[in-house]
Amino acid sequence: MTAAAPLAAFQPTSTPAATSLLEIRGLRVEFRGKAETVVAVPDLSFSVMPGESYGLVGESGCGKSTTAMAIMGYLGETGMIAGGSIRFDGQELVGASARQLRAIRGRRIAMVYQDPMSALNPVKTIGAQLAEVPLLHLGVGREEAMHMAAAMLDDVRLPDARDMLKRYPHQLSGGQQQRVVIAMALLGRPALLLLDEPTTGLDVTVESAVIDLIAELRRRYATSLLFISHNLGLIAESCDRVGIMYSGEIVEEAATAELFRTPRHPYTQGLIDCIPDLASDKRSRVLAAIPGHIPLPQDRPAGCVFGPRCASFLAGACDQPGLPFEPAGEAGHLVRCVRWGEIARAPHAPPPKPAGDRDAPAAIEVSDLTKLYPLGAGRMLKANEAVSFGAAKAEIVALVGESGCGKSTLARIVTGLDRATSGEISMAGVDVAKLQARARPRELLRSVQMIFQNPDSTLNPSHAAAFSIRRSIKKFGIRSGKGAIEGRLRELLDMVRLSPSIAERKPSQLSGGQKQRIAIARAFAADPSLIVADEPVSALDVSVQAAVVTLLLDIQQDKRTTMLFISHDLALVRHVADKVVVMYLGKVMEKGTADEVFGGANHPYTEALMSAIRSPNPDRPARNRIPLTGETPSPVNVPAGCRFSTRCHRKVGAICDTQPPPIRRLSAGHEIACHIEIDGLMARPPVAAPEPG
Amino acid sequence: MATFLFKRLSMMVLTMVAASFLVFAVSEFTPGSVARKSLGPFATQQQVDILTEKLRANDPLLVRYFRWVGVLLGAIPDPLQDPSTGLNFTDPRGAQYFGNFGYSTLNKLPVNDVIWDRLANTALLAGLAFLLIVPLSIAFGVLSGLKEGGALDRTLSVVCITFTSIPEFASGVFLVTLFVILWPVLPGTSQLDEGSGWPIASQLVLPVAVLVIYDFGYVARMIRVSMIGVMERPFIRTAVLKGMSTRRMVFGHALRNAMIAPFTVLLLQINFLISGVVVTELVFAYPGFGRLLLEASLFGDIATLEAATLITVAIAVTTQFIGDLGYMLLDPRIRVS
Amino acid sequence: MAQSEVIQGAIPTARVWGRSPWTLVLRSRTAMIGLALVLFWVVVAVAAPVLPLYSPTAQDVTALADPTPSATHWLGTDILGRDMVARLIFGARTVLVVAPLSVAVAMLVGVTLGMLAGYYGGWVDAVISRFSDVILAFPVLVLYVILIANIGPSVINIVIATTIASAPGIGRITRGLVLGLREQEYVAAAKLRGESTPYIMLVELLPNCRSMLIVDACLRIGYTIITIGILGFLGLGLPPPNPDWGGMVKEGTTVINVWPLMSVAPSIAIVSLVLGFNLLADGLREAWKP
Repeated sequence: MTAAAPLAAFQPTSTPAATSLLEIRGLRVEFRGKAETVVAVPDLSFSVMPGESYGLVGESGCGKSTTAMAIMGYLGETGMIAGGSIRFDGQELVGASARQLRAIRGRRIAMVYQDPMSALNPVKTIGAQLAEVPLLHLGVGREEAMHMAAAMLDDVRLPDARDMLKRYPHQLSGGQQQRVVIAMALLGRPALLLLDEPTTGLDVTVESAVIDLIAELRRRYATSLLFISHNLGLIAESCDRVGIMYSGEIVEEAATAELFRTPRHPYTQGLIDCIPDLASDKRSRVLAAIPGHIPLPQDRPAGCVFGPRCASFLAGACDQPGLPFEPAGEAGHLVRCVRWGEIARAPHAPPPKPAGDRDAPAAIEVSDLTKLYPLGAGRMLKANEAVSFGAAKAEIVALVGESGCGKSTLARIVTGLDRATSGEISMAGVDVAKLQARARPRELLRSVQMIFQNPDSTLNPSHAAAFSIRRSIKKFGIRSGKGAIEGRLRELLDMVRLSPSIAERKPSQLSGGQKQRIAIARAFAADPSLIVADEPVSALDVSVQAAVVTLLLDIQQDKRTTMLFISHDLALVRHVADKVVVMYLGKVMEKGTADEVFGGANHPYTEALMSAIRSPNPDRPARNRIPLTGETPSPVNVPAGCRFSTRCHRKVGAICDTQPPPIRRLSAGHEIACHIEIDGLMARPPVAAPEPG
Repeated sequence: MATFLFKRLSMMVLTMVAASFLVFAVSEFTPGSVARKSLGPFATQQQVDILTEKLRANDPLLVRYFRWVGVLLGAIPDPLQDPSTGLNFTDPRGAQYFGNFGYSTLNKLPVNDVIWDRLANTALLAGLAFLLIVPLSIAFGVLSGLKEGGALDRTLSVVCITFTSIPEFASGVFLVTLFVILWPVLPGTSQLDEGSGWPIASQLVLPVAVLVIYDFGYVARMIRVSMIGVMERPFIRTAVLKGMSTRRMVFGHALRNAMIAPFTVLLLQINFLISGVVVTELVFAYPGFGRLLLEASLFGDIATLEAATLITVAIAVTTQFIGDLGYMLLDPRIRVS
Repeated sequence: MAQSEVIQGAIPTARVWGRSPWTLVLRSRTAMIGLALVLFWVVVAVAAPVLPLYSPTAQDVTALADPTPSATHWLGTDILGRDMVARLIFGARTVLVVAPLSVAVAMLVGVTLGMLAGYYGGWVDAVISRFSDVILAFPVLVLYVILIANIGPSVINIVIATTIASAPGIGRITRGLVLGLREQEYVAAAKLRGESTPYIMLVELLPNCRSMLIVDACLRIGYTIITIGILGFLGLGLPPPNPDWGGMVKEGTTVINVWPLMSVAPSIAIVSLVLGFNLLADGLREAWKP
């Protein structure tokens, strides 16, 4: 990776206008609606040097994407640049004519978007869409343009470029689509590449490959990058310099290593401390949640925008307008905090109470569970095949895997939203595998509740936020009588740290974090013994994520509820889980206690998953990245032998393609389904070594 | 493809059977029998009873329905043409052949002698209207969908909504008042009659205008909605940020996507026009299919009504089928799966 | 976890917060113009008995020779010497009762069928959808003509005809909405509470279809007004001497060469009311756009 680029060569503060490729000064972007004007970016300044990779980090709504669109001169009908300047290669872009902008877009500045599927025109072939760039900008003929497109597809490591040109976007996987978008951006040989969350929504192993590709291409084409992301790990690995954006302002800027080693701004510190990492779990560290949430542009406070959420807020100092962006520490390290010199970084919180007890009888035992969806014409979608695992009372078992691994199907079967094709799920002596919710007795329904993934769909937009909580209390007879129900509701809201005034609001008036808290309260309203949490925080901003996870863990601990925690985020799983089940294409690849899975020998797939995680910690030695080849096969056409054989980097031989792997038992609970012998599995150093000290 | 075609064809037959049976059943409510209608109002009740007996018109509904199907398929001869009825109903094609729609009691002619000429006239009217509706609605829809909420969009939208609020008889009244009475440049009736002193072309102007006014606004609104949806899609941004001009982006990227959904709507207009011409044809005394349909249903001419129903449903299902095919051609996500 | 974590203020993410859907409508100019047109007719129709009008059925023999507008008959009289203003206003009474009533019944049937088809899927959906296809393959107007010509014109029959003609379309819209909503997580949450299917349909799903269905109902009322007009124009309208806009146009056309106003005036009445509903529908759709 390029993290070790000669940072000293850049002196951004000295004479930026003379040397920088992109120079933004005092940028103000407004969106003017009929009724009100929203200032998305009030006053923004930063610059990108030639050849540099600049990372713009921030959570949703901080104005980072708006900044990118302002650079491209594409703010829609209502958006406008109300002040400041954007100079690119000496040319002023604010107020540039449509013609000037057209000459720059796609040619001098190109962009890679989030969600590549929607960024590509579904009715045009890949070739036609790629060829447009040279046709527009390089004055070449159609044939030559197609030729260039094919060459570029080779460059982005897409197999069979000629054939790829004739395909339509929907015939490509997400990773391939993003490579096409990158190829499209690079075809004009731009001086600056804007990457707007280029890997959000991709599976972690695919993300990893795309990031490596970007790094490689950047070196080859000597392109400057403006990398926009909410993912600190990605930014840390891909960028030379980083700006932390919060509510339309850059609150801190420094060289990458410097920034992550000695973050000065309380928000930066909070952001770094609230993300889970592979090296610590819930017994060694509490995620430091940042209270509250990002203010809406129209509610931006005077003075420090982070003030209302900051533990070090000092009235009279922090609420004064016009806070300076002042040097702090090393050259080029700037911070917008009047108290940066006085505040110390909060130490990691002390380890909390002990975890669930392992020796208790199993609260839930899944054995040999299989779920097939007939697709007609004799074809079957194998969502789950012979899945077995168990959870003891008060234990958290995490199901991990990438999209399509069958973890959500499993969750639906456990809760009764779907039924198993075969196999058994035993709970309190009853087999519930084939009992759908409507067939379950009330007591069983009560004891299994679910927390869903999407805060925007978890609450009915037509009803008040507390509607479903009340309904749950009433339905399960937890309390009866209006007063008692309201009392219980207040207790539950208090438990999820929400003010009672929120109960009567409509979901559209709540933030994502608040909605997820309501969903947690709803799940616990029934006093369940088992909670199935399906990606409960994946849709939330990182600073909110930590708060919700910590809350969920607190309540689970307190109520001694068993929990199935479904997630694609290994670092998060490391943080919450007592036991881990790793799934791939409907089958269990590996299972064991969290310590065993994260600290011992691993299945090659688990290994690859862990190696794909990027940490912002500059002092941690870079992990040996395992690049996975190919794409996850379709669950309709699963490989005959080991499910993972088509992408495995440790394949033993033909046996992997033909024979289902045996279960290797490394300890009482640690099992790995692999053809590699136990000794071979043990011989590899663990990917996620605990942090020394 | 073959299974798709087969599915469509069987769907069409099924719909035709269901529709024709429904018409048959609904016609049961009509006062007056086939015999009475065939004989006219001046026949004695005894004559009517005898004919009813001959035609076995008192058989249960289902029996008579299947008898009608039998006549249509050429399995049995048309009982009305039986010389013993004394009605003198004769079809030059014979009494028993495939596609025998029977005898029209209204026109005292075989249905096949009446209906096809009328259909051709209507096809001319509807075809001309369709040829105008397509480009007009695409132009209006695309232009207003380009910039949602802009001045152009608001103007065009008001025009479209206003036009769709004017039913054919009202626009007929307005246009006749303007161009026939106040400023007499066009004929008020369109009997496609050379002898009227007006060229055939001038006779078509007002009926076509009436159809276009009522229909194009609706289609334009559909295209507008689709266009707005497409303009909000991220690939439009991709195209613009490649350095494309608006014009190139619209023609190269937006238009084809925007036409996928409205394509079916456009084809449905053929369906609408073929039968929706009832009022227009009545206003302008146009000798078309719609008026035939109206007269047949008012008179209770079940044979003509059934024939018209089958043709209408056939056209409806066929346009639906063409719509699906076109949809597949326009959208590669369905074409190449 | 910090105690200060109790969140005081709500931070909305949506653009429209704290406003009821109806306040949004008040800000739509299109909807307001439409509403004004509709309300105009509603008010005069309701007030008709107390307005200083001629009887809509009384014939003014003196006006027969010259049915053009005058100080006594503002829009003149019809061929039988009946006052046009009175007939237009009393005509509004009929149409403003029959059209919304027909659409309400059609909505009841259509929404029920669409809910069942969308929620259950499978054979329930297949049966309902195929049956709808058959009716939708019929051109709507022909359907009306065949039905009314055969069962005769009356309020009940127009309601029946509208229901048969419109319910499949309403069902199709509802089905589409329900298909999108039934996979929502709040529906899953309701199932896990053990809620009954009718409860899920009525309490969890129906309120979220509301805005689309209201817009559709407005459009359909407009369309039904046109249809009632057409039926009147074809001579299938409500039996005389009830004033019927379509029938008035029909009567007027017989003398259009001499007195065009006699058919133009009721035409404008129909167009204005239909336009009112169409503008209202458009304004509502814009205001409630997600």
